[in-house]
Amino acid sequence: MPQLDPVIWFFVLGVLAGAARADLRLPAAIYEFVSTVLLLAIGLKGGVELARDSGGLPVAELGGILLLGFLLPLPAFALARFIGRLPRADAASLAAHYGSVSVGTFAVVMGYLATRGIAFESRAPVWVVMLEVPAILVGIVLARGLSGNIAWSHLLRELFLGRSIVLLLGGLAIGWVAGPEGTASIQPLFFDLFKGILALFLLEMGLIAAAQLPTLRRHGLFIVGFGVAVPLAFALVGAGLGDLLGLSLGGVTVLATLAASASYIAAPAAFRTAVPEANPALSLTAALAVTFPFNILVGIPLYERLAAALAG
Amino acid sequence: MEQFPRRLLTVVTEAVLERDLVTELESLGVRGYTITEARGKGSRGRRQSDWAQEGNIRIEIVCEPALADRVAARLRERYYDHYAMILFLQDVSVLRPDKF
Repeated sequence: MPQLDPVIWFFVLGVLAGAARADLRLPAAIYEFVSTVLLLAIGLKGGVELARDSGGLPVAELGGILLLGFLLPLPAFALARFIGRLPRADAASLAAHYGSVSVGTFAVVMGYLATRGIAFESRAPVWVVMLEVPAILVGIVLARGLSGNIAWSHLLRELFLGRSIVLLLGGLAIGWVAGPEGTASIQPLFFDLFKGILALFLLEMGLIAAAQLPTLRRHGLFIVGFGVAVPLAFALVGAGLGDLLGLSLGGVTVLATLAASASYIAAPAAFRTAVPEANPALSLTAALAVTFPFNILVGIPLYERLAAALAG
Repeated sequence: MEQFPRRLLTVVTEAVLERDLVTELESLGVRGYTITEARGKGSRGRRQSDWAQEGNIRIEIVCEPALADRVAARLRERYYDHYAMILFLQDVSVLRPDKF
């Protein structure tokens, strides 16, 4: 048996239970709660570390990562449009999902690195924030064209006030202001229980991923191929950029994982309202039923080795 | 007890539309509505309610028949093509006409 982090088994349990139609459902409120705690915990952790090392935020690094967010959707779009022969709206939707990031995957790589005692840059939650939105904007432009009829102010508001950004930045700010001593009183919930909360989150993710399996069967091979090939290629790009920016081994692993991950919260919601003719099941199934499991089961250990190879 | 005729418009659709729909309803002059979470099955497959992302909502509006018809027409024109949405109209009676 491979040495899997125990939290990953909860994901496997969720998939098996969902596929077998077991009598197992977490109420929507539990999922909301668990994901809220995770997002705040990730933000707080980053904020506390930032307060501790007070190195500030390197502008060049954040600029490079922001640029990555704008560029990643382009090859994904080309692949889906010209090799997958998908309609323009569907190809743009896939591009947005794969260019953007998954905070769930980020939580898993955090746990993975912590278990192995590998440090990474404390500002990594900021990378998540920088990578979430640009790809979705590019995807919408790819679907609609620059002159297209898009309610930008409404859209930008929805994107920047989305749950993940508000909670990540909010947690980061609170952690930064309160510092290590200030957050000691909330440490039991947000830091000590992190892995347990993550396990519950992954159980629910497994159930949700299993619910996508019928769609996966319908769309078949292209989605599976796309959902594995794109993260592998994007991990190379992310790791390359991380190496170029002089990140630590853990930081390169995190950036590779983020580039490889696909959004299943922010991108689907934005696309559903901005580009309604795109098939929502296609992108969501690829992101949830193929790429998310691939990244947490196989991808992350692989990206760590990739980072080690680059560093060595 | 005197009763007054009104129309009940029920809309079952994707939860992701909630905010847009509420704005739309208010701009058409709807003064009150009730929204509940819903799950079920239809031409676009099974819709679960345990994940907000994929859930359904049910919106109920009681109002003057003319307004209910206007709202129904607008929703059909704007949302039927691309979203999972059904709506139906029923004649109902209310006791306090000034409220609806």
